[in-house]
Amino acid sequence: MTNTRSISVNCFHCGDVCNDISILAADHHFCCQGCKQVYLLLNENNLCNYYDLDKTPGLKARGNFVSGRFGYLDDEATMLKLIQFQSDEQINVTFSVPQMHCSSCIYLLENLHRIEPGVKQSQVNFQQKEVFVIFDPRETSLRKVVELLAFIGYEPYISLKDAVTKKAPAFNRRQIYKIGVAGFCFSNIMMLSFPEYFSSGNIEEPGLKTAFTWINVALSVPVLFFSASAIFISAWKGLRQHLLNIDAPIALAIMVTFVRSYYEIISGHGAGYLDSGTGIVFFMLIGRWFQNKTYDSFSFDRDYRSYFPLGVSVIEGKIEKNIPVTQLQRSDRIIIRHEEMVPADAILMKGTANIDYSFVSGENAPVEKQKGELIYAGGKQMGSAIELEIIKEVSRSYITQLWNNDIFKGNKNEDRSYIHPWSKYFTIVLLSIAVGTLIFWSFFDPSKILPAVTAVLIVACPCSLLLSATFTYGNMLRIFGRNKLFLKNAAVIEGLAKINTIIFDKTGTITHTNAAVISYEGIPLTGDELAIIKTVAQQSAHPLSKIIAASMPASPEKLLTLTQFKEYTGKGLEAVVGDIPVKMGSANFIQADHEFVTHDTGTSVHVVLGKKHAGKFIVQNQYRQGITEMVHNLKQDGNELFVLSGDNDSEHANLKKIFGINTTINFNQSPQQKLDFIKKLQLDGKQVLMIGDGLNDAGALMQSQVGFSVSENSARFSPASDAILDGSRVLLLDKFISYAKAGKKIVTASFILSILYNIVGLSFAIQGILSPMIAAILMPASSISIVLFVSLLSSYTAKQKGL
Amino acid sequence: MSALFVLIGISILVAGSFLAAFLWSVSNGQFDDDYTPSIRMLFDDNPKKKTSTPPSSKNNTNQ
Repeated sequence: MTNTRSISVNCFHCGDVCNDISILAADHHFCCQGCKQVYLLLNENNLCNYYDLDKTPGLKARGNFVSGRFGYLDDEATMLKLIQFQSDEQINVTFSVPQMHCSSCIYLLENLHRIEPGVKQSQVNFQQKEVFVIFDPRETSLRKVVELLAFIGYEPYISLKDAVTKKAPAFNRRQIYKIGVAGFCFSNIMMLSFPEYFSSGNIEEPGLKTAFTWINVALSVPVLFFSASAIFISAWKGLRQHLLNIDAPIALAIMVTFVRSYYEIISGHGAGYLDSGTGIVFFMLIGRWFQNKTYDSFSFDRDYRSYFPLGVSVIEGKIEKNIPVTQLQRSDRIIIRHEEMVPADAILMKGTANIDYSFVSGENAPVEKQKGELIYAGGKQMGSAIELEIIKEVSRSYITQLWNNDIFKGNKNEDRSYIHPWSKYFTIVLLSIAVGTLIFWSFFDPSKILPAVTAVLIVACPCSLLLSATFTYGNMLRIFGRNKLFLKNAAVIEGLAKINTIIFDKTGTITHTNAAVISYEGIPLTGDELAIIKTVAQQSAHPLSKIIAASMPASPEKLLTLTQFKEYTGKGLEAVVGDIPVKMGSANFIQADHEFVTHDTGTSVHVVLGKKHAGKFIVQNQYRQGITEMVHNLKQDGNELFVLSGDNDSEHANLKKIFGINTTINFNQSPQQKLDFIKKLQLDGKQVLMIGDGLNDAGALMQSQVGFSVSENSARFSPASDAILDGSRVLLLDKFISYAKAGKKIVTASFILSILYNIVGLSFAIQGILSPMIAAILMPASSISIVLFVSLLSSYTAKQKGL
Repeated sequence: MSALFVLIGISILVAGSFLAAFLWSVSNGQFDDDYTPSIRMLFDDNPKKKTSTPPSSKNNTNQ
């Protein structure tokens, strides 16, 4: 049997390939009932514009929701933490919806009121990925609004963290005011200084000259005291901690510029350098604003709490009650339903648990647990409801302990400054030049000491040094983002540029999580038999059953009825279809003949139809296409590759084929082993890039110099990572790394350029002949040309690399 | 040359009014989100054509 994915019909809603072409509504195909339901809802409310704005904009529906999943939102205390304003008529609340990605999303989210009349208004802020909702509590409830959002595919990201501390508005308006004021004053001072330059300081009308200079003084005051205040404060803070940070020379330059200008104007010597001074402030503020915009655009500081459910059902006596997870205590009895997550380590009391630890370990086969067994936090129940007794509080559970590992205490890549190491020497070099100038002129012409030394401090502005890194990395972050690699901050680019060792975690990073290659060995199956197997497999929620069911051709004309069905968790299925008994499962379960059991590669599901053993389905991981080529490129660039997998070694031969014979491939690795492996490499002086997924990689991601978390859904990623990489773009990895390396070269080149500018300026300054005009030309020219240089070059390089 | 004084006064006044307008627009929140409004204005207002849908059916949406 071959892969039936060759029939290429795409879901009208989410764009996924439809495995079952029988799901139809209004001549459109859907991949699943969930997507169809969403379509029907939108159609009913005349919101089909959603599908016109962008092609297949929908997010794959996750199926029906278990009632009670959002039950905690009915809890008054939880509600109060989330909502911003409440009255009898309206409640205002802002949801974070990381899934929104296109204009269709905006359209749908802003038209919520058409689906749910209780919603009075909904407004999207696309860049913050937020939707602000006003609803009428008399007509609907917070829980209903969230359930609606989740149903249409935009499940809001609600975490304990948000609930604990409401976040401050991300947008800093004060900074914009400062830029506006500085820009206004700078441009007007510049304009009023032109007559001075063109007449070389000899304006015919003396009254006019005085008027110009004094208007300039008036205009410069708000720049000095309002716009530049942050620079002074930062420099002062640094000095108090005995640190000479990059703001110190800038603050010194601004101070010297203004003081000397005021002195010259008051004493009637000249017009001063107010245009350059305000110019520095203006460009610095713009640079800073840009920096903040790019450096802080992603909030990665999620901890374990972001991953856990907010509420849980607790049984007290006979009554079931929803409480926030934080209030969970030892020996509480909780109920976990299908697809719900276990929030704390617990003992199974009632029911059969079939725990999916994929979130924790990356393994996708559920583990069966019997009554009395321990279930760790982070596992997801698949199947009927179970009753558990909590043995550890949330904050002491297995997963949360992994978080309390020492490596999570420090913030790597964070304390590293965004500026080039050369900048450290800038202040020292500058001060020594100033001292040298002072000594030189004290011997030759003491009257030139003051003008020359102040001119040195004025002209040698590190702003072009600062701007070059800010703008290069800012532009690169944008380009990476366009390719769905979201870096935590610009320091990660520098880390990435140094990488020489790359570790892959097999699960999910180089394989497709949702797709697997399925093949069949054994007696050829007839169409009827395929239909029987599909019917049986559809009954089970086990991933293998799902894969098998999805691989079968649809046969809607034949409705088969099951007369019996039983699932043996972790073993197999037993059913009777029509009058044919069917058994599917592991070799042990069906007691297969030996010839079938041997040479099993991948995971096998054996099938018994009637009395005869028909054959087996072999499910194998499907590797992303083009991975061999990427591995080749990475190796050619001098990187050492490793594979650390938490899985068993059934894929060893395939991985060897991809990665080559010399690559170390380790299987059955525990999170701790992965972490230790990276530590060992680092002791050998390697710069390690870890590419992983799953929560269990958190330690390894954190330990490595740069940790990428691969995610099919950017709303779910490991918090310890430095970057989120969309699963579909893993194969661009070689390009990403070489681009990061190129970026470093661009920064270095622009540094050399800005140093040349400084040399030109200083050569005027130390001779004591720096005229206000030269300063006024040199400063903006250097800043603007450097920004242009790095922006154009980094965009051009990206195009060259094919990003 | 006294005409220049008047002209400079006027020019600063005009520039100042632009600054004031800018500061006002920032405080009014017009720069908080510079993407969504540009998309929002493109949406057609097509009114609900089906009003016959009973309101009770809305409750079935969240199963």
